[in-house]
Amino acid sequence: MKLVTAIIKPFKLDEVREALSAIGVQGITVTEVKGFGRQKGHTELYRGAEYVVDFLPKVKVEAAIKTELLEQAIEAIEKSANTGKIGDGKIFVFDLEKVIRIRTGETDAAAL
Amino acid sequence: MKKLCAFLAVALSLAFAGSTLAQDKKAAPDKPAAEAAKPAPEAKKEEAKPAPAPNKGDVAWMLTSTALVLMMSVPALALFYGGMVRSKNALSMLMQVFVVFSLVTVLWCVYGYSLAFTEGNAYFGGFDRLFLGGTFDAMKGDFAMAATFSKNTPLYELVFVAFQATFAAITCCLILGAVAERIKFSAVLIFMVLWFTFSYTPIAHMVWFWMGPDAYTDPKVVDAMNAKAGLIWQWGALDFAGGTVVHINSGVAGLVGAYLVGKRIGYGKEAMTPHNLTMTMLGASLLWFGWFGFNAGSALEANGSAALAFMNTFLATACAVLAWTFGEWLFKGKPSMLGAASGAVAGLVAITPAAGNVGIGGAFVIGIAGGLVCLWGVNQLKRWLHADDALDVFGIHAVGGALGALLTGIFNSQSLGGPGLVTDWVTGKVGSNPIWDQFLIQAQGVGMTIVWTAVVAFIAFKIADLIVGLRPAEEEEREGLDIAEHGETAYHM
Repeated sequence: MKLVTAIIKPFKLDEVREALSAIGVQGITVTEVKGFGRQKGHTELYRGAEYVVDFLPKVKVEAAIKTELLEQAIEAIEKSANTGKIGDGKIFVFDLEKVIRIRTGETDAAAL
Repeated sequence: MKKLCAFLAVALSLAFAGSTLAQDKKAAPDKPAAEAAKPAPEAKKEEAKPAPAPNKGDVAWMLTSTALVLMMSVPALALFYGGMVRSKNALSMLMQVFVVFSLVTVLWCVYGYSLAFTEGNAYFGGFDRLFLGGTFDAMKGDFAMAATFSKNTPLYELVFVAFQATFAAITCCLILGAVAERIKFSAVLIFMVLWFTFSYTPIAHMVWFWMGPDAYTDPKVVDAMNAKAGLIWQWGALDFAGGTVVHINSGVAGLVGAYLVGKRIGYGKEAMTPHNLTMTMLGASLLWFGWFGFNAGSALEANGSAALAFMNTFLATACAVLAWTFGEWLFKGKPSMLGAASGAVAGLVAITPAAGNVGIGGAFVIGIAGGLVCLWGVNQLKRWLHADDALDVFGIHAVGGALGALLTGIFNSQSLGGPGLVTDWVTGKVGSNPIWDQFLIQAQGVGMTIVWTAVVAFIAFKIADLIVGLRPAEEEEREGLDIAEHGETAYHM
C-alpha cells in the first residue's frame, strides 16, 4: 500500500478528485496549506505599507491506495493538476504500513 | 485598574451630587416667578417678544441628521477602522469606538455642551447648561431655543445639543485609529476624558460659538456681540462642519499619540495587513452616507445652504475616490479597494469645512486635491514623520482637514463661484472677502487648532501614562488586545 500526497493549485482540486475517483480511488483527505517553492510570492500594498507575501495558498491531497494503483494514480494527478505554469505543485509517495477502518476493524486492503 | 474604577465612581457621584445642589439652588428662586402668573422673562438671553416657533421641516431634518452622524461612529467608523487592523485586535478597535462614543456622549450632556456652546470667554464657554439644565422646563413645558444661521428661525436647543454631541463623540473616536493595536483600554478612557474636556470643547467654542443672528439687532451692538463669540469665530474663519474642530483637532492629537504610545511591536518588520477590507469598504460607504447629515445638517436648517452642502459632499467625495484610485494606479501600480475607501474618507474630510461655503466648482477642486494630497499624506509624509500612525489619522484627517480649511478660504469667494459670507449680520448682507485675506484667516485658525490640540494631547497622554501606563505588556500585545484587554475573540473559525 502507498500513501500519495500531492500539493496542487487550489482551483485544480475538483479535477484531481474526479480523476482519482475515475481510476477507483475510494477516498481522499484535503487540507488547505501554504508554502513556497519556485513560484515566487507577490507583493501587497496597503496605503504606504508594502508587504512581500512569500507563502502561497495550496491544497494538499492525501490518498491511501493499493500499490497496483500507484502508477495510474500518479498519472491521474499529473494530468489533472497540470497547467504547464510554474507552481503546479509536487507529488510525494510513501510506503504505508497499516490501514484500519475504525468502524469495522477491517485492516489493510479491505480497509482501503 | 480597580483603583481607576473606584476613582471614576467617586468622581461621578461627586459630580451628580454637585449638580443636584446646583439645581436646587436654581429651583428656589424660579418657583415664585412661576407662581406670579405673569410670564417673567427667564433673565437669560431669550427675548420677551412672542418667540417664533421652530420650523417643523428644520426640526425633522436636524433630528435625521443627528441620527446619521451617530451612524458615522457606530458602526461606520468602527467598521472602517476594525477592518484595517489584524484580526487579533478587531474587537478592541470596535470596542474602543463603541465605548468612547458613549463616554463622550455622557460627558457632553454633563458639561461638554455647556463648555462649548454657552457664553463664557473667547476660549471656553460657561456652566449655564450643566446636565443640560435649562434646555427644557418641565413645569411650563417650554423648550429653550438655539440659534440657526437665519433670523427668526430658531431650533429646539435639545436638537442642537444632540446634533453637536455626535460631533464631539466622533471626533474623539477618530483619534483611536492612530494608536490602534497597542494601547490599553483604560489609558484610552483617561486620555479621552482629558482631551475632550480641554481640547474638543474649547476648539468647538472658539470656532463655532456665537450669539446667533437674532442677537445682531442694531449696528451699535455688533462689536459687543462679536466680542462674546469664540476666538476663531471672531477672526472670521469659516468652518462649515468641522475641518478644524473635528479633523485637524483629532488628526494632530492622533499623531501626538502615535509618537507617545510608540510603534507597534514588529512595526516595519512583520506584516500588519488589514484583516478584512470588506468591512473597511462597508465602513467607508456608511461614513459617506452619514456624512450627508454631518455636512448638510451643519446648515442647521433644511434650506439652500443644506442643499449646497449636500451636493458638494456628494461630488467632492466621488472626485476624491477617482483621484486617489488613479493616483495610486499611476504611482503604485494597482488601484486598490483600500485606496478607494481611503479616497472617499479623504474627500469627505476635505469638503467638511467647505461644504456650504464653496460652490460646485470648488467642490470639484477640493475633492480632487483632497484625494491626491492625502494619498501623499499616507505615503511620503508618513515616511518623513517616522510615527506609527497605524490607520493614518494624521495623513487623512489632519492633512485633509487643513487642506479643506485653506481651500475654503479661496473658493468661498463669489468670484470663484462660492456663496460668499455674511458681511453684516444686522442686515444679513452677503459679500466676499479678498481671497488672500480670507486664506490667511483660515490659516490662522488652522495654526491655532494644531498648536492647541497638540499641547493638550501631549499632556493628556502623559497623564494617562502616569496613572495606568499607555501600553499593555509585550506578551499581551503579541497575543492581541482582544484576548488580553477584553477576554474575547472576534472570529471562531
